[in-house]
Amino acid sequence: MSRRRSWSRRATLRLGLALVGIVVLVALVSLVWLPYALDDTSGGRLSAPSAEHLLGTDKLGRDLLSQLMVGARIALLVGIGSVVIATIIGVTIGLIAAFAAPWLDDSISALLDVAIAFPVLLTAMLIVALQPPSLGSAILAIGLGMSAVIARIARILAKRVVGSQYVTAARTSGTRTLGIVRRHVLPNIAPTLAVTLALQFGAAVLAEASLSYLGLGAPPPNASWGRLLQEAQGTVLEAPVGAIAPGIALVVLVLGVNFVADGLRDAADPTRRRRRSA
Amino acid sequence: MTVLEAANVDFAYGRRPILHGVSLRLGAGESVGVVGESGAGKSTLLSLLLGLAAPSAGAVRFDGEPLRLRDRAAMRRFRSGVQAVFQDPYSSLDPRQRIDRIVAEPLESLGIAQGADAAARVRAALTSVGLPEDAALRYPHEFSGGQRQRIAIARATVVRPRVLVADEPVSALDVSTRTQVIDLVNELRATTGLALVMVSHDLGAVAATCERTLVLEGGRVVEEGPTARILTAPREDYTRRLISAIPRLPV
Amino acid sequence: MSVQVGERESAGAPLLSVDGLTVSAGDGAEAAELVRGISFSIAAGERVGLIGESGSGKSLTALAIAGLLPAGLTAGGSALLGGVETIGASEAELRPLRGPAIGFVFQEPLTALDPLMRVGKQIAEPLRRHRRLRGAELDRAVAESLAEVRLEDPRLARAYPHELSGGQRQRIAIAIALAARPKLLVADEPTTALDVTVQAEVLGLLDRLVAERGMGLLFISHDLAVVAQQTSRVLVLRGGEAVERGTVADLVRAPQHPYTAQLVAHARALDAALDGAADGGSAAEDDRGRDAGGDA
Repeated sequence: MSRRRSWSRRATLRLGLALVGIVVLVALVSLVWLPYALDDTSGGRLSAPSAEHLLGTDKLGRDLLSQLMVGARIALLVGIGSVVIATIIGVTIGLIAAFAAPWLDDSISALLDVAIAFPVLLTAMLIVALQPPSLGSAILAIGLGMSAVIARIARILAKRVVGSQYVTAARTSGTRTLGIVRRHVLPNIAPTLAVTLALQFGAAVLAEASLSYLGLGAPPPNASWGRLLQEAQGTVLEAPVGAIAPGIALVVLVLGVNFVADGLRDAADPTRRRRRSA
Repeated sequence: MTVLEAANVDFAYGRRPILHGVSLRLGAGESVGVVGESGAGKSTLLSLLLGLAAPSAGAVRFDGEPLRLRDRAAMRRFRSGVQAVFQDPYSSLDPRQRIDRIVAEPLESLGIAQGADAAARVRAALTSVGLPEDAALRYPHEFSGGQRQRIAIARATVVRPRVLVADEPVSALDVSTRTQVIDLVNELRATTGLALVMVSHDLGAVAATCERTLVLEGGRVVEEGPTARILTAPREDYTRRLISAIPRLPV
Repeated sequence: MSVQVGERESAGAPLLSVDGLTVSAGDGAEAAELVRGISFSIAAGERVGLIGESGSGKSLTALAIAGLLPAGLTAGGSALLGGVETIGASEAELRPLRGPAIGFVFQEPLTALDPLMRVGKQIAEPLRRHRRLRGAELDRAVAESLAEVRLEDPRLARAYPHELSGGQRQRIAIAIALAARPKLLVADEPTTALDVTVQAEVLGLLDRLVAERGMGLLFISHDLAVVAQQTSRVLVLRGGEAVERGTVADLVRAPQHPYTAQLVAHARALDAALDGAADGGSAAEDDRGRDAGGDA
């Protein structure tokens, strides 16, 4: 039974890696080669998929495949960028709360609850409204918005570790707080946190798509998948590929990252890696 | 010569008093057992003796010096001299670390040894607690409860401390494993002159390891003396109850 | 393959009769036998102990009898509980047995109780289901159950498990197990998580209740001294097999199997330490007995 389960876990990891790999590969290729330049409108408005334009063209006559390829780059950038920002801020806050005196811990978690009550998208919209829309500000906004979620989860996970007997043993072994964080807390919260981060990666990509859909994301010609969806909105009946293609691209990336996270969590756990008979 | 001492310590958790005027003195190479029911304040006394918390009155002294939890150099000397073993062999070892890393932690954290030197000491410590050589490369979940407690003892003794503070070290183990771990502690004490403070609700374990016993009830010391005397001629009803509660084999 | 030593089954039909019980994990070629050929029987008023270390198969044996094995484990052989074959029985056949025929008390009362339900309600549930009590009658029965396990304070019925001490929780667990008036009580390490003094109280309580009701008792523990106190006949389990069986007196006095001898020796060693035979250090030298309320 356990063998079958570990097989399916490996399969999940592989499938996830394959899906993410496709997006990464496309993003890399887009750096050196595109079927058409992004400002090339020679294809004719809303032409159907053909040998010249594999996915057809948009209402300005631009090649859809080329835009989708550039969109992969932006999606990865947004996902990685905002998750890195959210992780640095969130994990720091969460760890401080976990080690803090009860009154400070309580105040931090109350503040986090308030911050989380604000939808990430709303927070992001407020931040983007303060400065001209750009990819950078979208990433910053999403990252900040998500950091409260990460902080709360990091706090809960870290508190469990801090309360364990092996951390008490580390204290009596002479290990100081930073050492305990590095040696015990981070390795023990990382696997569960990784799953959360992957979910947040997916959420960030979707948040950016939503921002773009609302016209608050990266400005043209850097077409993100969300902006492609927005632009295809009016013409979805005439040229459905324009909406379906970026939609599928989003699903592939978000699903792939979640699969990878699941697979990695199991790979990182020594009790699942090899088990002797008890 | 007194190595570790709690002198008339009080401790309160918020407004709730836990310990009241408790004194415990441990000379070099001596062994003292602390017995009592749960809630008697045994574990709190241990955290004071281990410098994990500060008493609200009175003092904990190591080598005659009051413990200053914020003085790094003094605490490093203290931790090199006083090490601990905890009750639950399943949660006192970090599940994500290999045994060699777990046992090396005090060596590295206290700046006593690193690299090959540390590895050699870890091997020696594992051998001294009767674990196979390949134990170093395995993870905690691969060991039984008794073996895990041996690993915890190896971690505590790898820095060659003068005092071992043990919190219910055998309560979570099977009876036969219990006597093996007790034998190990006694053997280590005999070969290295280690002093021992052991907290337990199990007088049997204390009787098998400790020369002196201190009985705690409701945060106060109600009786203290040589273990043999406490067991054979207890002066307090509470002590008598503790003794009579121990299940014995029919003769 | 079973160890068949002549069992006395004189006093009518036994409550439980186990024959060649096996428990295996996995299936086909990879199957591992965790319990192999265990046989014993318990008549009304009889007390049988299963002793062994963790992993010896003692808890699995008890779970298999009531069809409570965790997923992935399968039982073989035969176990007649109140005349019903439980090995291979369906949930529908087993459910009426749990409660009236067999009741369980486990090691850790905190996990055996529902953390979100007041303990009075948890006692009321089996009373309602098995004895069809309602209203004032039910309230009275809950109060009686609590009084039986020496929890007289009526406020305790309104408490949640986490508000109780370990000993109180185990008493509640016993009250729940006994509410359906089981003919056989299975106590699986019921006091291992408790202090010695609380252990003594809970064991005394179990002992009295089992005697009063003439129940059969299957007592499981790693602690030979505890098993010896509670039971008259014992099976020593090791690696899933019964390596020795007999009366407590015989077993303790003249163990046959080396493993049993070892168990007895370990228990005797701790007893000897208690009798002051251990290196007591220099007597009386540093003797400072104090009075309980010395400074009051």
